[in-house]
Amino acid sequence: MARSSKGASAPRPRLVAYVHLVRAQIRSQAQYRASFAIDLAGSVAFGVLDLVTVFVLFRVSRTLAGFVFAEVFLMTALASAAFALADLLVGNVERLSFYVRTGLFDAVLVRPLGALPQLVAMDVAPRRVGRVAFGMAIVGVAAIHAGVAPTPARLALLIAAPIAGAVIFGAVFVGTATVAFWWIDSGELGNGLTYGGHDFAAYPVTVYGALMRRLLAYGLGFAFVAYYPALALLGRPDPLGAPAHLGYAAPLIALAAAALAGLLWRTGLRHYRSAGS
Amino acid sequence: MKYLALAAAGFRRHATYRQAILAAVVTNCIFGFLRLAVLLAVARAGMGDVAGYDEPRLGTFVWAGQGLIGVVLLWAPTELADRIRTGDVIADLLRPVDLVWQQLAGDLGRAAVAALTRFVGPIVVGALAFDLYAPRRSATYLLFGCSMVLATVVCFGCRYLVNAAAYWLLDARGPQVAWTLLSGALGGLYFPLWFLPRAAALALVVATPFPSVIQLPLDILVERGAPGEQVACLAVQAGWVVAILALCRWVQRQGERKLVVQGG
Repeated sequence: MARSSKGASAPRPRLVAYVHLVRAQIRSQAQYRASFAIDLAGSVAFGVLDLVTVFVLFRVSRTLAGFVFAEVFLMTALASAAFALADLLVGNVERLSFYVRTGLFDAVLVRPLGALPQLVAMDVAPRRVGRVAFGMAIVGVAAIHAGVAPTPARLALLIAAPIAGAVIFGAVFVGTATVAFWWIDSGELGNGLTYGGHDFAAYPVTVYGALMRRLLAYGLGFAFVAYYPALALLGRPDPLGAPAHLGYAAPLIALAAAALAGLLWRTGLRHYRSAGS
Repeated sequence: MKYLALAAAGFRRHATYRQAILAAVVTNCIFGFLRLAVLLAVARAGMGDVAGYDEPRLGTFVWAGQGLIGVVLLWAPTELADRIRTGDVIADLLRPVDLVWQQLAGDLGRAAVAALTRFVGPIVVGALAFDLYAPRRSATYLLFGCSMVLATVVCFGCRYLVNAAAYWLLDARGPQVAWTLLSGALGGLYFPLWFLPRAAALALVVATPFPSVIQLPLDILVERGAPGEQVACLAVQAGWVVAILALCRWVQRQGERKLVVQGG
């Protein structure tokens, strides 16, 4: 069963099939127009909410763990854009437990398409485009506000960082969803690392204690979503002593995270046993 | 008596999902560590005191808050809205008990399970990892107990209204998103509302139901202000309980006129 991802169809028709799945999903969701419009607005509002908290915190404090508003704002913007992009592209894998519990996952496996891309395509939420667009715009605003020098290397990093961050978050989305293969009732457990990872990445890692830093900043790579890229963009040395240009390594960390998530997914898929219904 | 039976059924139903409760507690604890780290960094940038909260008070605010969202059930699946859309709600309406009251009784039973599990869990973890503020006045424990019940009813009412939107919209996802946003941001979950300008915070507390769900119970618990202020918080909550339940009843009556169940 696990090998169904290697179906006979050539890459092109397969791509067409995914496009059809995504299109069908978009059409079906656009049917409830009023709700869809509110959803789209809500998606943007979630992006706004990410920023509101930072504004409010800096209302009562001038610095946060050694960083001023413009610096933290840049980190929050990077984390928000990266998370929004990951949520749009693969956020729906968190519905895996629903598929496993109801037995629908069998239907996914018998089709001559990859199981993971199918899950992603079948539940894509077009409303989340709102938060992505807003997040990207805010990254630009935050970079200008923080006075990031527009050198070619920094501009490249400014574009690459949200994408690398999205890959890291996407890897965590897939990794935590995989838990459902072993523990169907894991419920919101994954949220702790996905949404929690976003919250963690939105602030300088100097905010957190040593243990949390080791586990989340380095262990899961969340420091490479916003903190180190922001330091590299600002040309500011790391108070914790890491090299100043470490932020440029974010795409490499993202690749490693994606590879690990892929490995976890395959292991989980092999472990999967149908409910038999 | 019948409401007691419904509450007991709600208790038993939710006590069944032990693994889900454990998963939820673990998740709440992760957020407890994250939120408190940020708020402590804010407090330390000042003189260890911010908007009337010192460090132990912030600790209790965050960890009890993480427990409280499980008790009031801030983020619930839109079960009733789905029943309205599919028409299953007709089975509930045929019972000789008002729909609002039967749902409320079941929800209070669920909240009782949560108070024993989802509330206690984060408090224990938080107390092991941080210096939390324990209320000095014994009356506070009683006031907080009442406040938690009122918060549960206010939250239930808000969720009910969100679900009842399905009588008109069929799909309650839009209102659900609005509720998720507003309840967290304006309820005091992401930051204590007193971080805002005082007038804005006061306006939110009085004019919206959201602070009655999270902010006010926590203010009572950490004894922010004199005993008189605690009682005032409780009064605001009680006012919202009356207003929101009345609104639920009215919306339900209007919705029943609107409801069309297909098929047979």
